[in-house]
Amino acid sequence: MTYEGRVLAALADPTRRQIFERLGTGRCSVADLARSLPVSQPAISQHLKVLKEAGLVHDTPSGTRRIYSIDPAGLGPLRQWLDRFWGDQLAAFKAVADRDEAI
Amino acid sequence: MHHIEPAPVRKTVTVRATPERAFDIFVAGMGEWWLKSHSLTASGQRTVVVEPFAGGRWYEIGNGGEEKEWGRVLACERPRRILLAWQLNADWVFDPEFETAVEVIFEPAVDGGTTVLLEHRDLANYGAKANEARVALDSEDGWTGLLGAFAARAA
Repeated sequence: MTYEGRVLAALADPTRRQIFERLGTGRCSVADLARSLPVSQPAISQHLKVLKEAGLVHDTPSGTRRIYSIDPAGLGPLRQWLDRFWGDQLAAFKAVADRDEAI
Repeated sequence: MHHIEPAPVRKTVTVRATPERAFDIFVAGMGEWWLKSHSLTASGQRTVVVEPFAGGRWYEIGNGGEEKEWGRVLACERPRRILLAWQLNADWVFDPEFETAVEVIFEPAVDGGTTVLLEHRDLANYGAKANEARVALDSEDGWTGLLGAFAARAA
């Protein structure tokens, strides 16, 4: 599957979206997530693995636990494309707006 | 609507035109500068219309006269700010239930020109709409097609 495919597939599963949205309200360990969602810890770990492979979440160690959080650059390729798109559009706008003399 | 904000796209450019003139070029004059390589119409882009009031339409007119919606105007505060709803999804198709926000602010620059700040946000909604499309598509070809079509426009 392409990187883009992994991102879309990761967000398509309703349970993974719940986990993703829960992480959007704050960093969590697997145990934290299991406490706040009706999902078993092994299932949560599996979902987090998919989200991590899609670049949507990352984790850092904290003692023996791992703490998961949203990677805000996670919709990477799409953002990159939009970043270039708007850069091109603004450059085209500037070409016209720079014809004006500042008063 | 998600509470997550994947980082918005932010771009800045400084132009020689005054804020009023820059605003007018951006909004009323969008058809003059918007890159025609991204036309939605079969006959190619002739111009772009931004109706300068909240609730106004935002659409393209093709050389054949056909109109294609891009989104709508959420707020229009000449000369300082315009807020647009960008409603072209990852497949570059207008979807009335898909919405991202494009906010453009026009700030006076030191030499009489204008600093233009553009922010495209609510990008998580691309993922949300893709979820519903998946139920219909339900194949890996469909998945790669979704963002593939989007990315291909950059080629």
